[in-house]
Amino acid sequence: MSSAPLRADAVTLAYDARVVTEGLSVDIPEGGFTAIVGPNACGKSTLLRALVRMLKPKSGSVLLDGQEISSLPTKQVARRLGLLPQTSIAPDGITVVDLVARGRHPYQRLLRQWSHEDERAVSEAMAQTHIEELSGRLVDELSGGQRQRVWIAMALAQETPLLLLDEPITFLDIAHQVEVLDLCAKLHVEGRTLVAVLHDLNHACRYATHLIAMRDGAIVAEGPPSEIVTAALVEDVFGLKCLVVPCPATGAPMVVPAASQA
Amino acid sequence: MSAAPYTLPGRVVRVGEAVSLRIRTRTVVVSFALVVIVLALSIYAIGTGEFEIPPGTVVNALLGTADGGSEFIVRELRLPRVLCALLVGAALGVSGAVFQSLTRNPLGSPDIIGFPQGATVGALIVITIMAGSGLAITVGALTGGVLTASAVYLLAFKRGGTSGFRIVLIGIAISYLMISITDYLLARARIEDAQEATRWLLGSLNGRTWEDVGPLALSLAVLTPFVIPAARSLRALELGDDSAHALGLKVERARLALVALAVGLVSVTTVAVGPIGFIALTAPQIARRVARTAGLPLVCSALMGAALTLASDIAAQRLVPDRALPVGVMTGLFGGVYLAWLLTMEWRKGRG
Repeated sequence: MSSAPLRADAVTLAYDARVVTEGLSVDIPEGGFTAIVGPNACGKSTLLRALVRMLKPKSGSVLLDGQEISSLPTKQVARRLGLLPQTSIAPDGITVVDLVARGRHPYQRLLRQWSHEDERAVSEAMAQTHIEELSGRLVDELSGGQRQRVWIAMALAQETPLLLLDEPITFLDIAHQVEVLDLCAKLHVEGRTLVAVLHDLNHACRYATHLIAMRDGAIVAEGPPSEIVTAALVEDVFGLKCLVVPCPATGAPMVVPAASQA
Repeated sequence: MSAAPYTLPGRVVRVGEAVSLRIRTRTVVVSFALVVIVLALSIYAIGTGEFEIPPGTVVNALLGTADGGSEFIVRELRLPRVLCALLVGAALGVSGAVFQSLTRNPLGSPDIIGFPQGATVGALIVITIMAGSGLAITVGALTGGVLTASAVYLLAFKRGGTSGFRIVLIGIAISYLMISITDYLLARARIEDAQEATRWLLGSLNGRTWEDVGPLALSLAVLTPFVIPAARSLRALELGDDSAHALGLKVERARLALVALAVGLVSVTTVAVGPIGFIALTAPQIARRVARTAGLPLVCSALMGAALTLASDIAAQRLVPDRALPVGVMTGLFGGVYLAWLLTMEWRKGRG
């Protein structure tokens, strides 16, 4: 068992009185690209919110590098754990480089607004996401895929070994979905630990090295997609009759819904 | 180190590795221009009136090198009023910028979300029911304003999530409630009380002296240092709560601190001159459009607020011959036009 930089230990998560998940434990493998999948309202985004300490567990704990995350200073957490939220807001009239530069917030102070470190990190983040030529453009004017790359660049500028993405491709067309996931795969190969909540099971199988399948607030299966994704699992998790065949392009498991019975 | 392959807007000033400041050229130029405008307006406001004083003499009087008569008129009679206008305007500008950034809505200013209306009700209760005066009215106004702001905050923010639109809608509802209570209190008040009360319906700078400037300047001096960390929190919060959180900001705490600062600034101005409408609403938006910043620039908003308030007061004093109108009339007139324009623009953008 590899060490887990991020782990939930018997967490019970609830919004006010509504309990989403009880006594859930999960390890995020070091250096992996973990995808959390499951039907709507299965608790996958809730789990992600708990992992980034945006939702405080009713019981149990979330551990970042072995330490209780809620006991760590928020700035210190922000240097180890990055998040691409489902919805972000670009202030009116902000340019690409200005937005990416905001990722340096946890490193900056009143009199230290733009160090050489900041400059290097922003420059690298923009190069990694191929947005250098957009640097002076207004974020409002970009296409959906470009905009998502800019937000990822902002998260990268934060220079965290762990990066969590909450449904990073939900509002993109298929070409932009692949573009963003290819970028994620590249970041993973370059050494970051990634965790993404994904809606599309085929995308998850193709890109993730570790899959966590959830239903009704519980984990049904976890492991490498090629080992755990079967027709039985998909029916169990999503209630969908399907075939699982090797993807013609990558060989990863591919889920094909069965012909309609109606 | 290789040169950065992109251009960061503005300049970076570095002193060793420890100190580095980002300075946006356009913001600096706009701020400087606004300072010049404010100074020019001040000299004009001080120099004109029943007794005209040429600009040169005004400057000399301010520096203490003019004759006794001019010096008395400039320093004792006219300067306090101008300083009041500038300080109140600056405080309202910053307060409005903070509120609008927090609610992510150009309508989210203290006037729209009920603070002045609450302060008015508080003052009227003291005047008409408790027959209080002076300090009691001030305390009543503050209590009313803070209670109203707290009610809006609790109703809009507490129940999970924070849509800027929600705080604006709840604020409007509460404002109307307060306006109804104001009408009721005025209707049952004695005529003398009602006259005293009108100061609380429209803020006025008439008859301000150094006695008013002192406490105002002192309270603002206390609040101003908090604007600097506020600006930093705002830059993170502008990106949405989740992003701010990811950047290491304690979102709830930062937001409460910002609301407290903004309410504090409005309270101070309300105590000094009563509720002056629309400056907090308009100054930040105009400042942002002129300075072309992402997000609302606090310093430019302060300067813009000062300039607008002073300009409104100059107009209010001179619009009707022989009769000085309360400055609130002018800011209302000017702000109403601006608000109509703003809503039209928002509608075109499909966000109304």
